[in-house]
Amino acid sequence: MTIDTTRDSDVRVNDFSIKLANVNGTGSASANSLLMQAIFRMGIPVSGKNLFPSNIQGLPTWYEIRVNKSGYTARALEYDLMVAMNSATYAEDIADVKAGGYVLFDSSWPLDEHLLRSDVTFLGVPLARMCIEHFAAPRERILMKNVAYAGAIVALLGIDMGVVSNLLSETFARNELLRESNQNALRLGYDYALEHFTCPLPFRVEPMDATKDSILIDGNTATALGCLYAGATVSGWYPITPATAVMDNFTRLCAQYRREPVENPAPGELPYKNNYLIIQAEDEIAAIGIVLGASWSGARAFTSTSGPGISLMNELLGLAYYTEIPAVLIDVQRTGPSTGMPTRTQQADILLCAYASHGDTKHILLFPANPRECFEFAVQSFDIAERFQTPVFMLSDLDIGMNDWVVPELTWDDTYVPDRGRVLNDHDLEAMKEFFRYADEDADFVTPRTLPGSDSKGAYFIRGSGHDKFGRYTEKPDEYQEVVDRLKKKHASAATHVPAPVIERRSGATVGIITLGGCDLAVREAVEQLDEFGIVADFMRVRGFPFVESVRQFVEEHDECFVVEQNRDAQLRSLISIETGVAIERMKSVLAYGGFPLSAAQVVDGITTQLEG
Amino acid sequence: MTSIAKPLIPLAPLAKNELGLTIRDYEGAISTLCAGCGHDSVTAAITHAYWELAMPPHTIAKLSGIGCSSKTPTYFIRGAHGFNSAHGRMVTIATGANAANRELSYIGISGDGDSLSIGLGHLAHAIRRNVNMVYIIENNGVYGLTKGQFSASADIGSRLKKGDPNTMAPIDPILLGLSMGATFLARGFSGDKAQLVPILKAAAAHKGLALIDVISPCVTFNDHEGSTKSYRFMREHEVKEIETDFVPIRKEIHKSLDENDATEITMHDGSIVRFRSVPSGYDPYDRQSVEEYIRERRSRGEIATGLLYVDETAPDVHELNNTTAQPLNRVAYDKLCPGAGELADMQRHFR
Repeated sequence: MTIDTTRDSDVRVNDFSIKLANVNGTGSASANSLLMQAIFRMGIPVSGKNLFPSNIQGLPTWYEIRVNKSGYTARALEYDLMVAMNSATYAEDIADVKAGGYVLFDSSWPLDEHLLRSDVTFLGVPLARMCIEHFAAPRERILMKNVAYAGAIVALLGIDMGVVSNLLSETFARNELLRESNQNALRLGYDYALEHFTCPLPFRVEPMDATKDSILIDGNTATALGCLYAGATVSGWYPITPATAVMDNFTRLCAQYRREPVENPAPGELPYKNNYLIIQAEDEIAAIGIVLGASWSGARAFTSTSGPGISLMNELLGLAYYTEIPAVLIDVQRTGPSTGMPTRTQQADILLCAYASHGDTKHILLFPANPRECFEFAVQSFDIAERFQTPVFMLSDLDIGMNDWVVPELTWDDTYVPDRGRVLNDHDLEAMKEFFRYADEDADFVTPRTLPGSDSKGAYFIRGSGHDKFGRYTEKPDEYQEVVDRLKKKHASAATHVPAPVIERRSGATVGIITLGGCDLAVREAVEQLDEFGIVADFMRVRGFPFVESVRQFVEEHDECFVVEQNRDAQLRSLISIETGVAIERMKSVLAYGGFPLSAAQVVDGITTQLEG
Repeated sequence: MTSIAKPLIPLAPLAKNELGLTIRDYEGAISTLCAGCGHDSVTAAITHAYWELAMPPHTIAKLSGIGCSSKTPTYFIRGAHGFNSAHGRMVTIATGANAANRELSYIGISGDGDSLSIGLGHLAHAIRRNVNMVYIIENNGVYGLTKGQFSASADIGSRLKKGDPNTMAPIDPILLGLSMGATFLARGFSGDKAQLVPILKAAAAHKGLALIDVISPCVTFNDHEGSTKSYRFMREHEVKEIETDFVPIRKEIHKSLDENDATEITMHDGSIVRFRSVPSGYDPYDRQSVEEYIRERRSRGEIATGLLYVDETAPDVHELNNTTAQPLNRVAYDKLCPGAGELADMQRHFR
């Protein structure tokens, strides 16, 4: 029997989304990313969003692939094809498919009649049965089911079989047995679909040339690369989802690029020495302590963590701020508060990081929107931290950090010289009459520091207790205030050193839309869609805090301003209001904080509803 | 942490060390601790030990947490770089500093509140990592700066000034260190500088974390009848059966006085620690023997002092991590950055 899949006469090329529903721990992730990677290799803009549980095996997990020839690859909420591989979630998954869409399911067992929808085409593939027939080992039978459905999808979407087959061969280059069984499974599904359905479906892929200079990379890998290229040598960290892969990757990269060969190693000695030291700490408090100790000593040091880790680090962040020690913190945000939803995304650490620690503190924040910016901003974080002698937070999130993104290839300028800030060496000290740690401020209100080990003339006593500009203990109001007032000015001065906001204006715009981080693509797409509804909007994505003047101006220029962000409390809006003095009422909010990546539909709905209201 | 600059009054010619520095050069500001505080004696011993070691002050980094003990780095070696950090976190900072610059000599000053309560986890893990540093716990069994609460080192039955007895088991940093794999463990008494100075020198020469628990009475809150951390209690219950000498590398090494009993350990820097006497059956290289000895003495209400355990062969944090000999803060940037070509090349794997 052949199911006719051509009833929809509208053929859509390179513009659709599919959702794959699986059980976690069954090996579906590699099959899913195989499909995404193949589409990328065909030159088509694509994204893959892994919506996974905080669990190792047995719970529902989903993967969404969005293909969009214009590059709008934010999460779509409507699915043309559902690959329903988890019987436990059949009902909700089948309900998720848009009218006129398709459901691919394992027809080894019949589908309950009550699950059927008349507006959806069901494509049954007897995956389990085929795999039992073709594979002997129990684990293989489970794993190969994934590759088999991938094969069916390859046929249904018109994905280039050669590209997929090559990818499998590359992945299993060193294991002939696995390579063969994967290829066989792929072919099983592919052939079955060709034989039983009209392939391809009305929505399909066709080769493009849009990803030639792009790479497929996750933000955590890109961040680790940034830290490597910035010259970080010391890191302290504690394992936490979704940040762990930053340090896993940094460790891997260091092992590859930071080993110096040892000539004639002694017996038992390794033939290399490490130009780095990564310490898995006992907790995040120790992790930031290690970073501060190393930064105090003049090494570039960083930690990677998520919200709960930042909470623990608060105490020492105040110390770093007040004693003026550089530090780089990578916060891969997840859904809070408390344990929250560790495998879901959010942008809810903005205020936590902006004002981390007790007392009057303010920090420098960078907001990357994608893995490419993770790479670039990670490098800049070190420059800014050392220039301003203070902690710098790069706020990534789970969506950016753990999903693969298509981004322009990373580039590096070999003339880059790290900005180590104002550090006095013994030669400088010799020329000075006397050294005082917190005196002699420059135009950015930064004072010179010395490193431990420098001449005794440059020795001073770092103290988190009240100190005057000479670094001496004080309890006198004027002396105390003089120092903290300078810190405030120093922070403000960093505004022009953080990445500038991206502002895109449209003629006739009456509305201003402000966003940050990983909301970027969804909001840009929303701006396009709003335009079609006759709502013309200017766009601003802030990329750093403290804010430059243009942030305030943008708000004031627009009668209607919307701040789109992924947290409940409109934290970016608050921060803009608090720090620029713009009345908070001047900005409305569009908030999506359920834990999944933002989609343009949510933005469009949020804005149109409020404009109509 | 108020401190008063110490007037540098030239007295009768003071002895000079090999660097031509006098003991004054290893002092700091005048202490603002209570008169008679045990911690001031520890400060004096540190001053003396580092002067005798003739260690250039700028090559020393002194760190502390929060508490009475943690004030003391201001009072010694003014030419050293100092870091008064947060409560209980001293060793995390020291770990990072040591990671970045393995050439400096690190001395951390902590107290029993700092190390055995709020910072216990950090202490345990610094021991496991064997961070190369001297770690001194100025142990008085009491929170002084907040006016006299029990700390975790208070013995059962020991009484607060207002009379309440402690009912919880004490944490003994030496026994803790033994179980965490510490490589240098010593206990001293602030009232015994003659014993403490050679221990400090040996600790500075040790490769790895040298933990010294110094019973250092709090004259204000814990020096009364009923306290087990008082001067009187220590004078009456201290057992000094283990005696060591420290022979610096630069001095000519004489043959040991008593060939039968003396055991010598060559430290990492070539200096020598010589056990002049140990009780029979005691083996300072054997954790079990040391633990049994301490427990046995404790059961008799006695406190054993001296250099109790040493293992000079264990790898320190850098050896465990195979770090390059050059301090990481001095590795040239061009050695750290793989460059544009490599970045382009590696991205072939991201397609």
